[in-house]
Amino acid sequence: MLMNLFKFKGGVKPPTNKTQSVGLPIAQAPLPSSLIVPLHQSIGGTPRPVVQAGDKVLKGQLIGEADGWISAAVHAPTSGTVRAVAMHVQPHPSGLDALCVVIEPDGRDEWIDRQPLDYSALSPEEVRERLQQAGVVGLGGAVFPTHGKLTASKTVPMDELVINGAECEPFITCDDLLMRERAEEVVRGVGIFRDLLQPKKVLIGIEDNKPEAAAAMRAAVQAVGETFEVIQVPTLYPAGGAKQLIRVLTGKEVPASKRSTDLGVQCFNVATAYTAWRAVAHGEPVVSRLVTLSGNVQAPRNYEVLIGTPMGELLQLAQPQPDTDGIIMGGPMMGFLVPDANAPVVKATNCLIAHSAQLFPPKAPEMPCIRCGSCAQACPHELQPFEMYWFSRAKNFGKTQEYHIFDCIECGCCSFVCPSRIPLVSYFRFAKSEIWAREREKKAADTAKERFEFKQLREEREKAEKAEKLAKAAAAQAAKKAAEAAAAAAAENAPPADAPAPTTEQTVPVDAGMDAKKAAIEAAMARAKAQRAAAQPRNTELQDAAMQQEVAEIEARRAAAHLTDTEATTPAPAKEKTE
Amino acid sequence: MEILLAIAIMALGAIVLGAALGFASIKFKVEGDPLVEKIEAILPQTQCGQCGYPGCKPYAEAIANGEEINKCPPGGSEGVQRLADLLGREVKPLDAEEKPKAVALIDENTCIGCTLCIQACPVDAIVGAAKQMHTIVAALCTGCELCLPPCPVECISMETIGENIDNWKWKYPVVEIRPELRQAAASQEAA
Ligand code: SF4
Ligand code: SF4
Ligand code: SF4
Ligand code: SF4
Repeated sequence: MLMNLFKFKGGVKPPTNKTQSVGLPIAQAPLPSSLIVPLHQSIGGTPRPVVQAGDKVLKGQLIGEADGWISAAVHAPTSGTVRAVAMHVQPHPSGLDALCVVIEPDGRDEWIDRQPLDYSALSPEEVRERLQQAGVVGLGGAVFPTHGKLTASKTVPMDELVINGAECEPFITCDDLLMRERAEEVVRGVGIFRDLLQPKKVLIGIEDNKPEAAAAMRAAVQAVGETFEVIQVPTLYPAGGAKQLIRVLTGKEVPASKRSTDLGVQCFNVATAYTAWRAVAHGEPVVSRLVTLSGNVQAPRNYEVLIGTPMGELLQLAQPQPDTDGIIMGGPMMGFLVPDANAPVVKATNCLIAHSAQLFPPKAPEMPCIRCGSCAQACPHELQPFEMYWFSRAKNFGKTQEYHIFDCIECGCCSFVCPSRIPLVSYFRFAKSEIWAREREKKAADTAKERFEFKQLREEREKAEKAEKLAKAAAAQAAKKAAEAAAAAAAENAPPADAPAPTTEQTVPVDAGMDAKKAAIEAAMARAKAQRAAAQPRNTELQDAAMQQEVAEIEARRAAAHLTDTEATTPAPAKEKTE
Repeated sequence: MEILLAIAIMALGAIVLGAALGFASIKFKVEGDPLVEKIEAILPQTQCGQCGYPGCKPYAEAIANGEEINKCPPGGSEGVQRLADLLGREVKPLDAEEKPKAVALIDENTCIGCTLCIQACPVDAIVGAAKQMHTIVAALCTGCELCLPPCPVECISMETIGENIDNWKWKYPVVEIRPELRQAAASQEAA
């Protein structure tokens, strides 16, 4: 199969150191004494823990629920008891802690009820959801939730799907072994990605120093009956960088500001394809991964390791030499020294290298930059590392961004070739994290400003509303009184003239506007008087002698009561009783 | 005669240019004060009033009118540095001690639901209702401490935000001077 390959600029050829660990097949690492499973193992939201200390869990049981769409679930790697949900040191250059679920294995390694799905009957949405629920993330190192990459751009047709089996970093051989031993399942996993993205072509890129893996993959593609192309790419670090592999296979360049789907191409790691197939066809969430143990050890080999296995304990399997003084996670180019051997293996851990001063001699002190330009020649992204270095060092972060520091993939080629031994990548990492921190601060300040201004606006509005309400209430009161006064005046005018009061009242309503209250009171009194006056003479013609006597009696009693009332209030009831 | 002509030409030039400038100042008038906006963009927007002004914007206005630039404790010495860069003024040490960033935390068992802190918070970061427990939305809290004094039961405390994996930053690379490194350098040079 002949295909025109493109080239990326730069690149370096460090000693590959891969042969040590490919001699033996993949082995199963034994159950460790305890498993420490960090909840935050992928890009995106931190999963919420759904178990508590004391809970019994089975292998593959959900322990961390995905938080939001860009987030992936976390599962128990074996059956056992949850000892704690607590902070624990992380495999992170900072050596800081994060929330982990600590599980004590019961030794039975008992699975939950795994439910294989009939893949052909699933809709694309169901497949994506399944992948999220199974915690499938990019196992090449970026740990981006895979389901989030499986939606094709609506505007740009998907041309190529690139499957990354290049594995360019020295020492690491886990993808190589995976392709040699489990090629068929990798190919079936690629089939899932193909079905979801509908690309025109599927290209599987493997560096040409792995002929066995390439042969196994070709055979598997044929056996499964697919049309994927397996392409051997020249061995040149960092050919396994997603952007570099895309460039080599398709000629497309993906800038930092764009997603690769915008250019009609998407890239997945072979191990990701494998776990996707296991998740869909076998109902197995991601609870283990292949890890290369190499470096300063007697028995380098690839192991299938449960997520959460403490690194120090795991490395013992490869029998580290006595002068081992540290563990590197990842390769020597992009990896970092793990600050604590108790840190657990996570989904991003593809390799552990036993570190020794002999294997990795300390670098001589950094010298001034002589502007030789070697770094710019080695940079696979055609950046100018010496300029970025200069501005990072001077903390002139605006300038570093002008030199596209965010296109830097921290591959380490520039540091590798620098004759002055300048740790260029360390400067770039420093600059990037400062820029991110400022961005975060800026965002927080903007939110605070917005909320402060809104609060001021609201307070002013509330004040205005209150004042308005008060004014309205006062006006309403005045209007009511004026209306009452007017009504009273009208009432005075309307009743028949036989009432004696109206004549005196008639003059008052004239100045009602001036003293509404007084007018209202007087109007009310006048009304009452008028009513009384009107009520008194009623029904008198109907009274006979007996009634009149009764009335007189009542009147007399009332008069008596009234008399006692005026004398004193307290004895009144008693007097009334005696009556 | 010639001198009069020269004066006339210069005077004419002055009038024409003056008119052009006057026209430009009306036509291209900038709304608001761009300097105040630039200063305000540097201030941290904590709105705490520790600078002696009721918020960041008033302080920005005051700086533009000649007030000292070292009065904002939340901005820290870095803020002073950036203001000095912007305004071309001298860097001065901060007029207060620098505190690590913190957020307020209400002890929910002690809170009596008086709503006083809600009224004090400049960014509406406190949620609660009368006689109900109140709580602080940590993501919105600027750490201004304005809610501490009004609380009648003193149940609000400030919690410093420590370093965690999400806000951890790579450190500035330092050159380690160690004897074995020197030896390595020497042997490399010899080779
Ligand atoms: S390789 Fe090193 S010395 Fe040469 S230009 Fe780059 S940073 Fe400077
Ligand atoms: S680390 Fe960054 S700057 Fe250096 S070679 Fe790699 S991409 Fe270029
Ligand atoms: S001290 Fe700083 S943060 Fe606080 S109000 Fe003044 S300018 Fe704003
Ligand atoms: S909660 Fe308190 S410390 Fe936080 S912003 Fe509001 S008033 Fe300031």
